[in-house]
Amino acid sequence: MTDETPDAAANQQPLRPEAEVLAEARRRSRRSFIGLGLAGLAGFGGLRWLFSEPNDEGMPHRVRKVLDANGQLSHAYFKQTRLAPEFARARARTPRKNGTYGLKSELDPATWRMRVQGYGTGQTREFTLADVQALPKVEMVTELKCIEGWSVIVHWAGTRLSDFLARYPLATRSGRPIDPLNPPADLAPYAAIDTPDGKYYVGLDMDTVLHSQTLLCYEMNGQPLTPNHGAPLRLVTPLKYGIKHIKRIGTIAFVDTRPKDYWAEMGYDWDSGH
Amino acid sequence: MKQLVEKHPLAIRWFHWVNFPVLSLMIWSGLWIYWANDVYRLGWGKTTLLKFFPQSFYQAFHLEYKLAQGMSWHFVLMWVFFLNGLLYVLYTIFSGEWRYLLPNRHSFKEAIQVTLFDLGLRKQHPPVRKFNGAQQIAYTSVILMGLGSLLTGLAIYKPVQFGWLTQLLGGYEFARIIHFALTIGYVLFFIVHIAQVVRAGWNNFRAMVAGFEIVDVDPATHEIKAGPTSLPAADASLSSTK
Repeated sequence: MTDETPDAAANQQPLRPEAEVLAEARRRSRRSFIGLGLAGLAGFGGLRWLFSEPNDEGMPHRVRKVLDANGQLSHAYFKQTRLAPEFARARARTPRKNGTYGLKSELDPATWRMRVQGYGTGQTREFTLADVQALPKVEMVTELKCIEGWSVIVHWAGTRLSDFLARYPLATRSGRPIDPLNPPADLAPYAAIDTPDGKYYVGLDMDTVLHSQTLLCYEMNGQPLTPNHGAPLRLVTPLKYGIKHIKRIGTIAFVDTRPKDYWAEMGYDWDSGH
Repeated sequence: MKQLVEKHPLAIRWFHWVNFPVLSLMIWSGLWIYWANDVYRLGWGKTTLLKFFPQSFYQAFHLEYKLAQGMSWHFVLMWVFFLNGLLYVLYTIFSGEWRYLLPNRHSFKEAIQVTLFDLGLRKQHPPVRKFNGAQQIAYTSVILMGLGSLLTGLAIYKPVQFGWLTQLLGGYEFARIIHFALTIGYVLFFIVHIAQVVRAGWNNFRAMVAGFEIVDVDPATHEIKAGPTSLPAADASLSSTK
């Protein structure tokens, strides 16, 4: 190691008087400790400033900006062909029922309709469960990851939202059908999905809407959905935390601006994507 | 005769003192997040030796019901933690400081000697250098732990976009366990680190703030008689002091 070689030239340097050394030590100590104290205060003040004003839907505005930038960065890296891992069906379990927001009113499955508002047209079309089930059935065994930190493997079955939008081209302004891997230019940037009573609502980016693992789901672990798990139709996407897996879909609207989102209003990240 | 020798470069002192509050806040916000699903424990079957964490712990520090805030703080400060760590590693590489910090083939033997001496089980003082073998291992390990926290963090933050990483780290749940275990590791590191800093005394602590140490030099030979920096390299820096 080069640093262990004695430096002969340095050894010939005369030593400095002790008083001068100690004076310099005092001066440098004072300067450094004051500097560290000021840097600490500045850092503390900076964080206080960053996290002050909790007014942007339960989250400080500037923090929301950072989290939105994180979301944009992850969408710049996003690829439709990247898939969430799948598991053996034997490992599937029943997830715990973690929220009944939007599920508290009575629901008559016979009169239930999914209402989809087309992008830019303002026209709304209604669909029955049979309409959705008439499209190709897709099954997947994926991890449901709750924002609380737990996860559970679940066997889901339903229709790809992208297949639904290919059959019913409501997400483009021109009404053109969608190829998820090559989306048209006039595609809506966001989807807003609400429960029939409007009490629970999520916003989704189109990356997620068009992903092959984003389902309009009607079966869980081989059985039709129970009311607690979102009967008759819910959203499932392993690309997002469970908070975005809205149960009992009432309406879907394709919109220009970022839709409101129940948990984002409570201070969570709007994107909440994986 | 007392002389002043340079010990820690300004850049390293900055990285150190930025990291301390940032890592503390990462751990603190991590606790806010962990509270929402606090399932880890040390034990087997129905026997629990240590639960992470008892309810009284959360109550004492008001850690409950702060999941959303915890995630916000965590995903803002992660950038500072990452950039500071990256700059530190780049600095040590390009400045040559890595030579003092990386363990070599003697470090492990020396680390055992240092540990035995510190525990009072060995009389002979281990060789005194800028960083002894135990320090080299500790300071290099903690950087690797930091890298581990970043990678396991990314694996549980974006488990689909970085699915290859998540799979490599044993899946979503296991990566979360490693992420947690590394955090416990920092706390243990901190306890030992503080104990050693207290033991080493003011001269050593001041060096991490002001950069220099005061050493006792033999006026005839210019050899350092007392003081923690007895490397000949210390002589070289004697001449460079202003």
